[in-house]
Amino acid sequence: MSKTDITKAEGDLYLENLTKSFGDFTAVDDLSLQVPQGSFFALLGPSGCGKTTTLRMVAGLEAPTAGRIRIGDADITYEKPYRRPVNTVFQNYALFPHMDIQENVGFGLKRRGIKDVDAQVADALKLIQLEQVAKRKPTQLSGGQQQRVALARAIVNRPAVLLLDEPLGALDLKLRRQMQLELKRIQTEVGLTFIHVTHDQEEAMTMADTVAVMNNGIIEQMGPPTELYESPRTAFVANFLGQSNLFPAKVSGVDGDNVVLEDSDGRFLMPKNRVADGVNLSSGSSVLVGVRPEKINIGPLDPGQEPPSHGNYVDGVVEAASFLGVSTQYEVRTAGGDAISVFAQNLDVHGLMPVASQVRLTWLPLHGFVLDGHEDINAGVESELVVG
Amino acid sequence: MSTDTATKPPVGVRVRSWFGDNALKFYAVIAFAYLLLPVAYTFVFSFNDAGRTNIVWQGFTLDNWKNPCGAPQVCESVVNSIVLALGVTIMSTILGTLIAFALVRYQFRGRGTTNLTIFLPMATPEVVLGSSLLALFLNIFVPLGFWTVFIAHVMFCISFVVVTVKARLASLDPRLEQAAMDLYANEREAFRRITLPLVAPGIAAAALLAFSLSFDDFIITNFNSGQFTTFPKFVYVSATRGIPAQANVIASAMFFIALALVLVSQIRNMRRKEA
Ligand SMILES: Nc1ncnc2c1ncn2[C@@H]1O[C@H](COP(=O)(O)OP(=O)(O)O)[C@@H](O)[C@H]1O
Ligand SMILES: [Mg+2]
Repeated sequence: MSKTDITKAEGDLYLENLTKSFGDFTAVDDLSLQVPQGSFFALLGPSGCGKTTTLRMVAGLEAPTAGRIRIGDADITYEKPYRRPVNTVFQNYALFPHMDIQENVGFGLKRRGIKDVDAQVADALKLIQLEQVAKRKPTQLSGGQQQRVALARAIVNRPAVLLLDEPLGALDLKLRRQMQLELKRIQTEVGLTFIHVTHDQEEAMTMADTVAVMNNGIIEQMGPPTELYESPRTAFVANFLGQSNLFPAKVSGVDGDNVVLEDSDGRFLMPKNRVADGVNLSSGSSVLVGVRPEKINIGPLDPGQEPPSHGNYVDGVVEAASFLGVSTQYEVRTAGGDAISVFAQNLDVHGLMPVASQVRLTWLPLHGFVLDGHEDINAGVESELVVG
Repeated sequence: MSTDTATKPPVGVRVRSWFGDNALKFYAVIAFAYLLLPVAYTFVFSFNDAGRTNIVWQGFTLDNWKNPCGAPQVCESVVNSIVLALGVTIMSTILGTLIAFALVRYQFRGRGTTNLTIFLPMATPEVVLGSSLLALFLNIFVPLGFWTVFIAHVMFCISFVVVTVKARLASLDPRLEQAAMDLYANEREAFRRITLPLVAPGIAAAALLAFSLSFDDFIITNFNSGQFTTFPKFVYVSATRGIPAQANVIASAMFFIALALVLVSQIRNMRRKEA
């Protein structure tokens, strides 16, 4: 492969300081990331955060205001869309209505001058298990079938990078779960780099090797799903991926490997390695303490009860309890005034704690995390409602 | 009667409900009769053994149909009209389609003004349009004839073409072209394989509209044609002396040709949907 033949470029995808402005509105702001070749990469963020704009720049349908896009060594920043080894599954599929499924899927191959496309098209249709609809028109297919045809139409070209813009967004929940597995299977089978854009955190976490959480045109945090979930670095990530209890506290000192924190409900210990990068740990500086609801242990408060040995506990009153079968969700108001959610597994240890009863919440130090005190506690919370 | 009322509602109610059930059919039949009566009249009188005036029925003959060019100038004017309409269709369809693309796809200075002025010829009374054009041609000393009529027709047909094509183009999802470009089609291929086929029905409709508008026009033509005679003008002029039965033949033939075209396209559409 000659280094100048961009249409055959391969390797990791690099976005370097990519910026896109529409007038004085910056949709994508100095965004940099690397997507390893062959990985399943998810770009996760709420509606309007710049995901589609980012994809369109990679596809060549939008010219960046600044920054570079590379595949391996090849700079494709200003390359025409039809010269890039990149294909897109559009948000609304964009199947060609005047062509049948076979012609749709074979379109890209034919444009690249491949004469006999039938075998490859048949293979692609087999991959998505839709051989039987080859001669139908797109409007004669269901939403899920159209979605798979759009996928086949892109995959058949074996691009270096496949872009999927909320490909499952229009499907109902059941079909979406099914297609998630399907997509994952296909990606593993063909081994292409997938960049999957979604606003559904569950979808991103189940499917992707790496998730980049995007907000307001920037990447908030990037990493494997477990890392993002267990060690969020910003309040937005903590709230957008799953749920978090966040409450403000002050650093009162450092004790060996632990940081000692104080809030209206008392003192907490946090291992230093649970503190997000760049958080000021000097005494008196304010931070946010975070604990996931399922990591909190809840029990009735007995008079004279000893505090746990690690010292991380708060006492409070149950304000609401909803029994969900596998678990019970509690809303607890602490003595210091914070509201804390708790998911208690139904182990039948304590029975159901009624509303207005006194409870004690405890958690292991390594189950919490510490964020910068300037973070907005409610960042990313509203977006939770979008998740299906 | 008494046994009847036991099983059936009273006569008054039955009559009324019969009317209720059939009012729409009844109305449709009357409306169609009203529309088709002149056509039927024209058709019937194309078989009239008329001689000089074709107003009173004088007996059945096939002569008019056997020899449609029998009356002076009839066929000459029909040929004129067809040539004119074809030329106007080609010219206005090309220009109008290009304008429509420019208006929908590009931002440029004067786009809003263009959008507005495109509507003017459709909104202006034909008499005003015809007389103004005549004044213009006379002022700049253009001799009246085929070309002045051609220019006048292209002028008002363009508006209809632009509006028709624009509507089709506006409903075309721009992401389809982007998808094509994403799938290795360059600009020209994306236009040829995606845009054009999808807009084609709109362009075809616009062309048909332009043809019939041009073929049919009398007022503007009459102002700007000088010695040049189209079929509508011929009919109008001969009305003072008596329209020859051959005119009925031509008119009927045109009606049936148009009808046949519509039927054929309907049947093809139905077949395509079934397939
Ligand atoms: N062509 C455009 N002109 C102006 N603003 C745009 C354009 N495209 C996108 N935007 C804006 O950029 C922001 C990001 O849009 P988009 O990338 O589509 O978000 P997402 O796909 O994450 O929902 C939105 O606020 C949107 O209004
Ligand atoms: Mg989007």
